[in-house]
Amino acid sequence: MSIENNVLVKLNNVGLKQNQKWLVQGVSLQVEKGKIVTLIGPNGSGKSTTAKIALGFYKNIEGNVEKYTSNIGYVPQKISIDWTLPLRVNDLMLLTENLSDEVINESLTLTGVKHLKDKSLANLSGGEFQRVLLARAISKKPDLLVLDEPVQGVDFTGEIELYELIKELSLKLNCGILLISHDLHTVMSATDHVVCLNGHVCCCGSPSEVAKNSEYKALFGEQASQTLAIYEHKHDHVHTTDGEIKKK
Amino acid sequence: MLDDFFIRALVAGIGIAFVAGPLGCFVVWRRLSYFGDTLAHSALLGVTIAYSLEFNIAVSIFLISSVIALILVQLQRKTNLPSDALLGLLAHSSLAVGLVVIGFLTFIRFDIMGLLFGDILAVNKKDLFIIWFGGALILITLKIIWKPLFASTVNYELAEAEGLNPDRAKAVFTVLLAAIIAISIKLVGVLLITGMLIIPTAMARNLSDNPQKMVIFSIIGGLLSVFIGLFSSLEFNTPSGPSIIATALVLFIFSLLKVKQTIQLKN
Repeated sequence: MSIENNVLVKLNNVGLKQNQKWLVQGVSLQVEKGKIVTLIGPNGSGKSTTAKIALGFYKNIEGNVEKYTSNIGYVPQKISIDWTLPLRVNDLMLLTENLSDEVINESLTLTGVKHLKDKSLANLSGGEFQRVLLARAISKKPDLLVLDEPVQGVDFTGEIELYELIKELSLKLNCGILLISHDLHTVMSATDHVVCLNGHVCCCGSPSEVAKNSEYKALFGEQASQTLAIYEHKHDHVHTTDGEIKKK
Repeated sequence: MLDDFFIRALVAGIGIAFVAGPLGCFVVWRRLSYFGDTLAHSALLGVTIAYSLEFNIAVSIFLISSVIALILVQLQRKTNLPSDALLGLLAHSSLAVGLVVIGFLTFIRFDIMGLLFGDILAVNKKDLFIIWFGGALILITLKIIWKPLFASTVNYELAEAEGLNPDRAKAVFTVLLAAIIAISIKLVGVLLITGMLIIPTAMARNLSDNPQKMVIFSIIGGLLSVFIGLFSSLEFNTPSGPSIIATALVLFIFSLLKVKQTIQLKN
């Protein structure tokens, strides 16, 4: 682990081009211990791709990734369990790590699904499944948590609860969290650092800084920025069809 | 005791059932049944090479199956054909080439039916050693790669993100698949090996609610199929492979009754 500044993973000007199209480019960010970094942006803006680059999935990326930990917990954006594989919640919890029963119970209790421990995954609702995935990711007490829309399909009160839990965890476990989210309100309240993506980094900073930023407003519209502040802005670039970004 | 051909076949079958159970589960979970079929078809080519070069059959089959698996990976990268078409291409062409080569090897007498469907008389003491020793090696290796292989079967990205190296596990598993085909060809036959892998597993799926149970039930299913299949093969003078597989089918049909019951209980 990098001693001087607690950095867990650092992306230096990374980009990924697939089939002559840039999925994402010029992204720099770092996740530190005990801090939450949130990626926001519209569909197809490269949020999941950026998270996967940080996890080291792609070999032929531009720029480089410095990773200082291998103890990682991951909640992928979508995961489908084949019916041919009979799997209970408990089996999923043991998927990548040999955990004691005690640890499993504790994690499932934290995300509020301990009663489902012996249930088959096929019988869970979307929200319950998401809670199980989150419990699995935190159960091994990782240094770095990568959460790709961890609360999709969770009911409204549960969503707030889980975001609070995520925030609590970052402090309690002193782990860094790379979070991808659509939910701007919650994001703004529970994050240390926001990176707004649209194929590249549109703007980044603390939640209040980003909310004031012109490009954030351009991306998410008036309503989103009204939560904190409204500022006028001008686009300084256009997106071409091949994913290039041209300065005006 | 091992001087009796029937006891030898039985001992061989028991060994194969123990290995086929867990491997078959992964074949079903990872949707590799057609892939297994392709490897098995290519085994015939391995047999002909073994005969013409006077080489050990199991080793020869193992090598040919591994080569076919490598060729498949290359074709998948370099062509735009879908995987099932490539598998069909390799399965049938290697079977065809194998049979053509047999046609040329007129100086050796082949029992083609025995090769395709297994022969209860064909198992000798050396085969027993290969089955039990090779089988133990396969199971030990599977135990070692179990965690990454299982995790990546559930979700590849999750396994990779959390540092389990799923690609290596997959490569090793392919080798294990080639190995079980190599050790079980004499008893079960080229055309029916995949059946030995997937039918007891399919039965086990109907009876289990977790992966461990499914592995155990598919071993039990395989053992029952071997016992009943071989006894009826002896009794009715039928080829050993089809008798074992037909028994497995009957067990599968019985397991469907249990599925029906659970569905009724739920309603």
